[in-house]
Amino acid sequence: MSWDWEFAFEVFPDIVGAIGVTIGATVVAYLISLVLGLVFTLLRRSSFKPLSLLMAGVIEFIRTTPPLVQLFFVYYAFPMSPFTTGAVVLGVHYATYVSEVYRSGIEAVPTSQWEASKALNFSKAQTWQKVILPQAIPPVIPMLGNYLIVLFKETPLLAGIFVTEMLQVARIIGADTYRFLEPIAIVGFLFLVLSYPSALFIRYLEKRSGKLHGSAEKGVKT
Amino acid sequence: MTEEVVDNEIKESENENENIVVSYKDVKKAFGDTVVLNDLSLNVAQGEKVALIGPSGSGKTTIIRMLMTLEQPTEGTIEVDGEMLWHKEVNGELLPADEKHMRKVRGKIGMVFQQYNLFPHMTIMRNCTTAPVNVLGISKDEAKTRAQEMLDKVGLGDKVDNYPSQLSGGQQQRVAIARSLVMQPKVMLFDEVTAALDPELVGEVLEVLKDIAAEGDTTMMLITHEMEFARDVADRVLFLDNGKIAEHGPPSEVIENPQTERLQAFLGRFNNS
Repeated sequence: MSWDWEFAFEVFPDIVGAIGVTIGATVVAYLISLVLGLVFTLLRRSSFKPLSLLMAGVIEFIRTTPPLVQLFFVYYAFPMSPFTTGAVVLGVHYATYVSEVYRSGIEAVPTSQWEASKALNFSKAQTWQKVILPQAIPPVIPMLGNYLIVLFKETPLLAGIFVTEMLQVARIIGADTYRFLEPIAIVGFLFLVLSYPSALFIRYLEKRSGKLHGSAEKGVKT
Repeated sequence: MTEEVVDNEIKESENENENIVVSYKDVKKAFGDTVVLNDLSLNVAQGEKVALIGPSGSGKTTIIRMLMTLEQPTEGTIEVDGEMLWHKEVNGELLPADEKHMRKVRGKIGMVFQQYNLFPHMTIMRNCTTAPVNVLGISKDEAKTRAQEMLDKVGLGDKVDNYPSQLSGGQQQRVAIARSLVMQPKVMLFDEVTAALDPELVGEVLEVLKDIAAEGDTTMMLITHEMEFARDVADRVLFLDNGKIAEHGPPSEVIENPQTERLQAFLGRFNNS
């Protein structure tokens, strides 16, 4: 099969037209994962043991089954539009990864901060809100950003449930014209164009997160 | 008639204890099989300054950490202002207190830590105002006024917009003291607050503590290795050894005229250095 530039230019606008769906699904799924991931983390840390064990089980279950299988299952089990199904399933799936990121951030906050909060008589909720999360989250923003890129690159999975994102449009073009090479290559190119600047931006965030609150020095050494 | 008489008697006996603000009753603390405190009974009066001295591992930190609810006693009860801290009495039975009850009682206690434990993500001002606004429910303006007053008192009134990492250890510890004072606790606990400081910074923190002690009303329990300071500030000194109060009394007795060999040996280490 040889490369046909003319054909490539002809189908390029059609595929670019689907970029909105790809980005939309990414954004919705990512927001779900950020919020739900935090909920997972907090429930997992609940002092009520049955709840925390149940949550651990749910997280493990979601994480150890393939997202594509989850997509098919939910698509055929629940009457939701392909787009909604795709965004929710990817969002919930990534929430389990994001929850691990939050956990690492929370565990990096020293016990002494919890103790100081108790000495000032903050409630549990206030301690989380005012003391722990503001220290736990900024250092893990680069890691959260990485998951945004990974999630973005997973959106072609949604083609499996007929969401008209970029890959799906490319497949439709291929099915119509019997030429797959150019449309698929264009999809890959568009992902590259979008992912690479995002990766640069995250690297910039990584550099910045070391310089919070006055200086690079954080915490106290004994 | 007779009932009234009985009532009066009870009131009288209560009046006698009126100035007791902290009371440990037969408190025991064990971590697994290791007993760190045994049969501790201790009353601290309103406004009293109590210094706790003793070798590390003697249980002195555990005493104040239990009062701050950072460590749960294995046995016994602790009362603050006549109210049990860790327990609730329901139909004559002692039950573990819920978080709501503990928060109410805990509000009377404040603590300053060895490692300052300031909130690194907040400015000095916010370190001092977040708890008063959210916990005590006072207005932001009032909290700021109070915080400014306390920060002036510890000599750091010009550092309000700095972050903790921009201050020296001694300055951070003074902020921690101010932060605790803004909450106006009845009892202030100090856990070796100068132990993490460079020697030349110890003095400025001790000065602040002396000022607070001189003002009077706040009850203070201090763990310290600064014997001279303990002698100047404390009304009473407790020498802890192996989980027990081995000697206690005014500093003129305990520090200047130790009775037990253990205390003589312990104090000897400070005189030599």
